[in-house]
Amino acid sequence: MGGFLEVTDLSLSFGGIKALAGVGVQIAEGETLAVIGPNGSGKTSLFNCITGIYRPAAGGITFKGESLLGLSPDAVTQRGVARTFQNLRLFLNMSVLDNLMVGRHLHFKKNLLHAMLRLRGEEVRHRRRCEEIIEFLNLEPYRKSRVADCPFGVQKKIELGRALATEPKLLLLDEPVSGLTAEEKEEVSYWIHEVRGRFGITILLVEHDLRVASRLASRMVALDHGVKIAEGTPAEVQRHPEVIRAYLGE
Amino acid sequence: MDLVESYREDLRFARKPLTWLLLGALLAALLALPGYADSSWLVRASVICLYAIGIMGQNILIGYTGQISFGQAGFLAIGAYSFAHLKTLGVPFLLALGAAGLAAGLAGVLVGFPSLRLKGPYLAIATLGFGVAVYQIFANWELLSGGRSGLPVPKLQPAFGLSREVYVYYIYLGLLVVSTVVTYNLISSYVGRAFVAIRDSDIAAEVMGVNLTRYKLLAFAISSFYTGVHGGLFAQFLGHLEPQTFNIAESLTLFVAVIVGGLASVEGSILGAVFVILVPTFFSASRWLVPVLYGLTILVILVFQPLGLAGLWIKTRLYFQLWPFR
Repeated sequence: MGGFLEVTDLSLSFGGIKALAGVGVQIAEGETLAVIGPNGSGKTSLFNCITGIYRPAAGGITFKGESLLGLSPDAVTQRGVARTFQNLRLFLNMSVLDNLMVGRHLHFKKNLLHAMLRLRGEEVRHRRRCEEIIEFLNLEPYRKSRVADCPFGVQKKIELGRALATEPKLLLLDEPVSGLTAEEKEEVSYWIHEVRGRFGITILLVEHDLRVASRLASRMVALDHGVKIAEGTPAEVQRHPEVIRAYLGE
Repeated sequence: MDLVESYREDLRFARKPLTWLLLGALLAALLALPGYADSSWLVRASVICLYAIGIMGQNILIGYTGQISFGQAGFLAIGAYSFAHLKTLGVPFLLALGAAGLAAGLAGVLVGFPSLRLKGPYLAIATLGFGVAVYQIFANWELLSGGRSGLPVPKLQPAFGLSREVYVYYIYLGLLVVSTVVTYNLISSYVGRAFVAIRDSDIAAEVMGVNLTRYKLLAFAISSFYTGVHGGLFAQFLGHLEPQTFNIAESLTLFVAVIVGGLASVEGSILGAVFVILVPTFFSASRWLVPVLYGLTILVILVFQPLGLAGLWIKTRLYFQLWPFR
């Protein structure tokens, strides 16, 4: 089948705990899919499997017809999959600009001798791309600030920017609005919307805030205890009895 | 007004005229050193230069990439003995020095492999093991180490009518300047960013497309290349090699220099070298005090000034930039 990202029958367990038990997810190109579910339902594990951080025990992951199984995270990114992290994993001691430049790393023409002799043609080329992202996300005031000194809302934006810097075709966002104020949530949702429109990136989204998730996503998948319990439009999934049971109990 | 007008300008080695002026003044003072310092200080300055190169290399590994290594004396020994043997065979100075660096760099790649699996204290133990192993090999393999009487290293023949001390000092200073510039360039390039990214968050670095295997091994290779060069220069300076020189205490001295000088700082590495050379000089009457002082300094530095002497320097600079507004 000509799916864009296709996850089939994915299983992953840590000792006796089944993090994922036969999960299947398909995304079409250009679509935004939200994955919801209570804590510990396997959402982040799914992300970690797709990006090569975890090795699933069974199942398949294909991206544009090519299997991502067994690839290291940098090889997955090379193929056009970028992600953000739930609990921010920024390079805290680097400037905002340098964080974005690390995102450009795989596009660099690498030459150790040029690096040592301070021949900086490549650097300037990629700096231009980073400045576009800085402008897009309104990060100008923080360009040269150390990331650790930036407020949380800004750090969330930097993570998004860093992922964008890799020029992904598929973007995995792990709870992009968690911990933000109502206003910041609005702002980030707007940007996610913009990313889709402006860069034409397909988005896979994990989100606890159902209001944000249903506004951004065209389709929704619900997980519970590593099993897919519902799939459909946001409205359908949120009314699904299994989903209500998973969130609220019997 | 201080305006940056192009990206290229933003990437220059030193941007402000004042920086160039101060750098020039410093270099001139160092070049004129033989004019106003007696030969014992000249020798000390040469040793500081050669140590600074090795410490810079170790700072790339520990400070920038965050891979703790206690086995530097091992790389130092490999560099020193490679250099000594090549020099004995009649290989010219610079060539032998490069080969010493390459030999140590190769060993660095091999030692780097455990770093793909081990982190923090576990890696420190593994590299400590390497240091001890190299020491034992050189101590017991007479063909390599020249046996009981040690290994003599042919002296450097001075040229341009300079005395040997002055000649050696200029060569070592020149090599230090080259290493400093190359290190600055390297850490401000994509390579340095990848190193720091690995230190700050290895998972995020990998997800951003940095190949962990390649860059961790590269960090080990570059760092031990510097240490190998340090070893070669040290061998040349000593004129006579004994395995005893490269025991664990030497690894610790280099480690102390990195911490005291300042983690992830090139100028800090040079300050660290000054520290570990001058402290034993000033306390030459009571040698037993030196390790005590090292230990105390590390404690004081880690508690009060985690960025070391370089941090002190940054604070001073900031004070003058903000003066007189605070």
